[in-house]
Amino acid sequence: MERLRWVQHRCQQLLAGDSRRGWYSDGLHNSSLLNTHDPRGRVCGRQRTIFPRNGLHQQDYERVSRNYKSNAISTTKYTLLTFIPMNLFEQFHRAANLYFLFLTLLNWVPVVEAFQKEITMIPLLVVLIIIAIKDALEDFRRYLFDKKVNNNVVRVFCGTQKSYIDQCWKNVRVGDFVHLSCNEIIPADMLLLYSSDPRGVCYIETANLDGETNLKQRQVVSDFPLQGEEFTPESFHSRIECENPNNDLSRFRGYMEHSNGVRVGLHSGNLLLRSCTIRNTETVVGIVVYAGHETKAMMNNSGPRYKRSKLEKHLNTDILWCVVLLFIMCLTAAIGHGFWMNSFEESIFQVDTETSPALAGFYIFWTMVIVLQVLIPISLYVSIEIVKLGQIYFIHNDLSMYNEQLDSRIQCRALNITEDLGQIQYLFSDKTGTLTENKMVFRCCSIFGVEYPHEENARRLEVYESENSETAVRSVTLRSGYSGKSLSCRSLSCNRSSVSLHTLTAEPMEEDQLSGHVQLRTGAFCSRMAKEVVPDPALVKKLNWLTNHSSSETPSSMELTYITDFFLALAICNSVVVSSPNQPRHVIPEERTPLKSLEEIKLMFQRFSFSPFSALSPSQIKGSPHSFKSRLFIRGKRGSLTLSTLVSNTTDMSGSSQENDSKPDLSAREEEEQDVEDQETEDDLRDTQTNPDETRQSMQDLTRQVECVEEITDELVYEAESPDEAALVHAARAYRCTLRGRSAESLLVDLPGIGSLAIQLLHILPFDSNRKRMSVVVRHPLTGQVVVFTKGADSVIMDLAESPTDQTEVYNHIKEKTQKHLDAYAREGLRTLCIAKKVLKEDEYDLWLKAHMLAESSIENREELLLESAQRLETNLTLLGSHCSSDLNHSISELKYQYFKCMRVFSGSTGIVDRLQEEVPETIAALQRARIKVWVLTGDKQETAINIAYACKLLCASDKLLTANCGSKDACAALFEDLILEVQSGESLTDLTGNGESMSSSFILVIDGRTLGWALEDELRSNFLELSQRCKAVICCRSTPLQKSQVVQLIRDHLGVMTLAVGDGANDVSMIQVADVGVGISGQEGMQAVMSSDFAISRFKHLSKLLLVHGHWCYSRLANMIQYFIYKNVMYVNLLFWYQFFCGFSGSVMTNSWVLILFNLIFTSAPPLIYGILDQDLPAVTLMELPELYQDAQTSKTCVPYMFWITVLDAFYQSLVCFFVPYFAYAGSDVGVLSFGSPINASALFIILLHQVIESNTLTWIHVVVLVLSCASYFGFVLLLSGFCVTCSPPVNPLGIELLQMSHSLFYIICVLTTVTALLPRLFFQALHNTLHPSTVLKSAHMDTVDSENYCRRMQRWNMTHSKTNRLSAGADNPGLEPSLA
Amino acid sequence: MMASSYNAKEEDGHHSGASSGTGVSKNKKPDNTAFKQQRLPAWQPILTAGSVLPAFFVIGLIFIPIGIGLYVTSNNIKEFEIDYTGVSSDSPCYNCAKNFTWNTTEPCVCTVNFTLHQPFESNVFMYYGLSNFYQNHRRYVKSRDDRQLNGDLSALTDPSKECEPYRKSGDVSIAPCGAIANSLFNDTLVLYYVDSNNSISEIPLVKKGIAWWTDKHVKFRNPAGNSNLTLAFKDTAKPVNWAKPVYELDPSDPENNGFINEDFIVWMRTAALPTFRKLYRIIQKKSGATPTLPNGNYMLNITYNYPVLSFDGRKRMILSTISWMGGKNPFLGIAYITVGSICFFLGVVLLIIHHKYDNRNTSADIPS
Repeated sequence: MERLRWVQHRCQQLLAGDSRRGWYSDGLHNSSLLNTHDPRGRVCGRQRTIFPRNGLHQQDYERVSRNYKSNAISTTKYTLLTFIPMNLFEQFHRAANLYFLFLTLLNWVPVVEAFQKEITMIPLLVVLIIIAIKDALEDFRRYLFDKKVNNNVVRVFCGTQKSYIDQCWKNVRVGDFVHLSCNEIIPADMLLLYSSDPRGVCYIETANLDGETNLKQRQVVSDFPLQGEEFTPESFHSRIECENPNNDLSRFRGYMEHSNGVRVGLHSGNLLLRSCTIRNTETVVGIVVYAGHETKAMMNNSGPRYKRSKLEKHLNTDILWCVVLLFIMCLTAAIGHGFWMNSFEESIFQVDTETSPALAGFYIFWTMVIVLQVLIPISLYVSIEIVKLGQIYFIHNDLSMYNEQLDSRIQCRALNITEDLGQIQYLFSDKTGTLTENKMVFRCCSIFGVEYPHEENARRLEVYESENSETAVRSVTLRSGYSGKSLSCRSLSCNRSSVSLHTLTAEPMEEDQLSGHVQLRTGAFCSRMAKEVVPDPALVKKLNWLTNHSSSETPSSMELTYITDFFLALAICNSVVVSSPNQPRHVIPEERTPLKSLEEIKLMFQRFSFSPFSALSPSQIKGSPHSFKSRLFIRGKRGSLTLSTLVSNTTDMSGSSQENDSKPDLSAREEEEQDVEDQETEDDLRDTQTNPDETRQSMQDLTRQVECVEEITDELVYEAESPDEAALVHAARAYRCTLRGRSAESLLVDLPGIGSLAIQLLHILPFDSNRKRMSVVVRHPLTGQVVVFTKGADSVIMDLAESPTDQTEVYNHIKEKTQKHLDAYAREGLRTLCIAKKVLKEDEYDLWLKAHMLAESSIENREELLLESAQRLETNLTLLGSHCSSDLNHSISELKYQYFKCMRVFSGSTGIVDRLQEEVPETIAALQRARIKVWVLTGDKQETAINIAYACKLLCASDKLLTANCGSKDACAALFEDLILEVQSGESLTDLTGNGESMSSSFILVIDGRTLGWALEDELRSNFLELSQRCKAVICCRSTPLQKSQVVQLIRDHLGVMTLAVGDGANDVSMIQVADVGVGISGQEGMQAVMSSDFAISRFKHLSKLLLVHGHWCYSRLANMIQYFIYKNVMYVNLLFWYQFFCGFSGSVMTNSWVLILFNLIFTSAPPLIYGILDQDLPAVTLMELPELYQDAQTSKTCVPYMFWITVLDAFYQSLVCFFVPYFAYAGSDVGVLSFGSPINASALFIILLHQVIESNTLTWIHVVVLVLSCASYFGFVLLLSGFCVTCSPPVNPLGIELLQMSHSLFYIICVLTTVTALLPRLFFQALHNTLHPSTVLKSAHMDTVDSENYCRRMQRWNMTHSKTNRLSAGADNPGLEPSLA
Repeated sequence: MMASSYNAKEEDGHHSGASSGTGVSKNKKPDNTAFKQQRLPAWQPILTAGSVLPAFFVIGLIFIPIGIGLYVTSNNIKEFEIDYTGVSSDSPCYNCAKNFTWNTTEPCVCTVNFTLHQPFESNVFMYYGLSNFYQNHRRYVKSRDDRQLNGDLSALTDPSKECEPYRKSGDVSIAPCGAIANSLFNDTLVLYYVDSNNSISEIPLVKKGIAWWTDKHVKFRNPAGNSNLTLAFKDTAKPVNWAKPVYELDPSDPENNGFINEDFIVWMRTAALPTFRKLYRIIQKKSGATPTLPNGNYMLNITYNYPVLSFDGRKRMILSTISWMGGKNPFLGIAYITVGSICFFLGVVLLIIHHKYDNRNTSADIPS
């Protein structure tokens, strides 16, 4: 089936490819016509050209656009006419249906005909009709939906009427100008040409596309001449070249050529995607570039995932054995018939005596294939599908996997791997967002080599937690090992924060409930926790110094520079979209924000900058402050600057006061200006100095004003792409460095003591996982310098930050200090980020800009070029932050040598805490008890990863850590050898002590990304595998998405185990896809993981229920169902086979053919389904409490290969009994063929149904109803047939047979004897087996039934005492749950 | 969601208002029902020695008496069987058997003498038995036309293809068509009682009531529309092996002629097994205390028409009384007794096992 699907897919691809190629040659022709002057246009011919459809380029338009798809979509598979042939064609792709068809056709061959022709068609027809009806309904729904979508109305520009007219979506064509208003859905992929927003941006919500609810910003095509004015499609004369339709949502390349030959690069930021919604923008106009099925949204539409489960593969071998069995049986019959024929020369009862015995035997072979067709349980596939649907229905409806906050259930995206959930041996987990909440909270920071521990903040988190833990302990009964964990932390000499981290693991229910309503309104990543950051007093003091210079302490002004720079970077180096609940999201209400006039700012800056630094009197040391300020004012007067972060520059300046040899960052030009403006500045200074009181007064006013403003607009909402961004922006805000708004070209930031400043935003180099950082390029309004703020993973930034040669010592000191802080943060389990700054000189910026523009406008390898370009910009960063002076010196020296044009400022590092999700330790412990190996694959730092691993109980104190960080491949190889030896010795030691509790000292492998890279190579792979197999858990840190998937693949393929990958982010997608079962967590990072997953859950803790309960159930249910199904078929078919020995192997049956066919199709079809859907071998509670049962199920009777043969043997035995008891009872009597079959059928039915009762672990009223109905349907049918079928079923007429049979007591005597005798052995051996070798499963079930009340009482008692002791001594050891149970 | 433009907000507000109004139904929260949460009250049979052994004892206790009852009943049935095939040379029908083929027109008559040592009390059923006769052969079983036999006129002249090669004789369709009808058992058996003074008296054999009621009255019908069977069957030919056409099967009784001839009906109900018997006649119990068939000598007069030696078949005549459980068959009684004993034995085994193991396990399982 899978292969057939693949073939289908290939066919579609080929078809699609054909049409594309056809179009492509056309397009190539066009482009070569039009682009004779453009060599690249020809080289990269896979483009499409779009002419506007505004009546002006009618010819061009018609020529080019003829072959573009219109916007009408049709997702239906069939039409009314094609439904029957197409559907039949589709259905006969299934092997099962082909088999049925083959049998039906075989039955049409007269010499092998076994039954009436119609009867053999029944199974096929039933299956075909059921599936056809299902398909038709689905298709009809799609049709209705398509119709609705196609008939949506949108305003499209009409060339003849010169205005926008209403059009249906389906009539929209490529090149149309579409006019959309706010909240309208985009009908096709279009280029944004006009937005009512003055900055030419518009916002779209892509929830329909990827489920992300945060707004995405889109931009009017840059350089578009009509920007800002009302757009007139008539005047649009440009031609658009872009790439062919593809399904990459984040990629769009092309350019727009204006009539004057100027080209403008197009990128995905210009593209409005179909099915997204316009938000916060009054009107937009776009030109359609892709329509209908060529839109990215449509091309991304893929059906549900199709995976093959392991059990299904195993099933195939079983079925193969069935085929072998069938073959043997048919062959026996054929040979037997040959011999039988041979033994008769002439007989009255032989109808056809001409055929030779050999030929007759050959015919009989095929006849027997028809007669015994049921042996191949082809209907099993249909049954399995139905069973899985039922199982998924129950999984989907599980209340305990429902998340109240998100109102989300578990999503089952793959329909056919439910039972794989019960066989997982390896679990690969992402860390962030999977184990943790991915609700980042700013925890602490280090700036300028000084750590600000934010004790208050930490305490807040703890206090906050303790509020919750009260309820948490009470609500969760099994929160064992609470203190054991902290013990382990202590033993690892983890400091307080690991304890605090651990305390963060309790339920966030409280918070979520409290803020539930608010949170819904506050958008992405805005939890209460994140928003309320308690500032560090020391830092506040230092910051206050900016606003309130009367403070006695005088921090180093250079430090202040970095502090302000740091917060500025926090506030702006992101892609956060700001909105307030009362306001449209994006709007920067410039008229409302207290943006002061330039004069005011000037004035304020004057005073402000003067007073705090006057004490230091930097101007006395050097003349530079004057020059600096004066330059500033000149700029201000010229109006070439908007506003700027005065503080940072000022403090830069003042920083120079500390170290005499340093010189502020000034360009040569500025120094020239200095002389000119010197006089004026000094005048200003004098003014302020003369009126110090007034200055102070105005400062206070200002502060008050700002505070007031903050109160007013307190309800700012930040919508970030990642939660740490939001956390940082909130942190900056806590220090009153507030991001107020953003547009495509500017950022509005409140700074303490200064007020709102608009910062010109030049570029955003977005985050990507290769660079592991993001940057913003802004123009510093004060200095006019181009400043790059970079934020990224500490390792990357630290590497990029270069040590200036002349100041190595001092610089390295700071770097070391920062590194030390970073390490400390990581040990505490904090996520660390570094922030750096770099100042570009104009000419360098120009140079870079040129290259960057080139990269942006290139169509072919835009991504690569952009990446390169971004890296070029980011490489020259220096690790700043802790050591400013050295930087300054360095940059000066560089300036002097005209060699290097940058100033780099390290701003600092941050520690962000990411709380563990609730019940993660419990879940992991449960999974480990279930003998699932849990691996953590994370991109985070090693220390962070280890700490999280401790926190979530993946590691415990007694575990031995094996760390593999190698610098080279050889070292890596050697290390693996060593580690294996160590593990072996450790294992032998455990063996010697022989207490069997290997869990007490197991090994944990910690491997970093680089080493992992080597480990995945061929030579080291086996060692790595061996090592990892011996370890209890493996933690891979600093791993890339590719490595994650490679690891999963390695384990899956080389160990042949069932793997499960769970993750929440885009970086986990590859891993999720590779694993046998991919689980996506619909968390904070969008929906990519969910979209590629098989199951989507909202919490990590749901995994335990999903695997331990549903996985177990689904697996045992399905395994049992399959065995039962096979048993049922073998048992029934054998009855027919035994009869062959008494009818000359002629293929005769003792049953009416209707009954024979319907026996499997109807009478006994429901019980196995019920069995497969409803059976519970153990109650959910037991499975949750004893995870050990999980693995037991896999090794228990249901799945071992010999069980298949035991089942088949039992089926043979039962069929023997079922046949021969009536045989001997009727031997020699006057019994007719059908009369003989009657008790056989009836007892077969009883045996099959009662067999299920014996095998079933649970019997509910549904079982009873189904069993009764099965019986009733059989007897009803045969009695009806017997009563009213006069000539209906030629030639073996059942008239009167059953009625007569059932009126005889012999019938019942036989049935009872047969049924009891057939089931006796199974009953006996089952009882014997259960008694002599009680499995864990049974034991626990026993315990569960016998001891449940007792157990409950003890649990309650334990809970009470536990909570008591917990309150008394939080850190005390508690005996844990297990010992009290033992 | 919440904060778009003012318009959007209004709209969203409406939406949220609406959804909160109908919030309960739109909520994705699964229903907390026992069925959906898989918490249906269930009986969980755990099959252990302890729980199963009562069932074994009960089965044993029920089966053994039933078995004994059946055995006794079966033993009370009197049955007499005599093979008259004439395989061995000393058999009275040896000559008939040797010479007779389907083509022979002259009937061969032979007489077999036998003695009943016990009197047959109630009604005696007289069967003919055939061995090694595969009436259940697939092609044979199919070779009939039920519609024709049901009196369908169109089927009478145009029988079903299943009847091939006994469908048409030349151009005329055969009635009744098919191999089953063609191979109709046509020996005539007459039973005489030889009493002590060697006087021979024919025992009255009732030939009505040997077929099932449904067969006789529903399934089999003569062609409608014509009370004269000769005319009704005038367009048809007799089966190849038959000496007489179907309307002459029992000329004496129009109610037993044509398709509704009971011998024919009985034959048409194909036997399940290659060795079978078919009811031939019934010997009604005479009123009074005299047995239906007193012990003594009997003489069976056979008109030998049916050759079976070609396929190594055997022909028997069987006399049997009948009980509520049918004919004589000791198997069921023995089987019941055996199974019952086995159950009892297994029950004892389980009891021992239960005492030895079950207690230990439960005590080990339950933590104290």
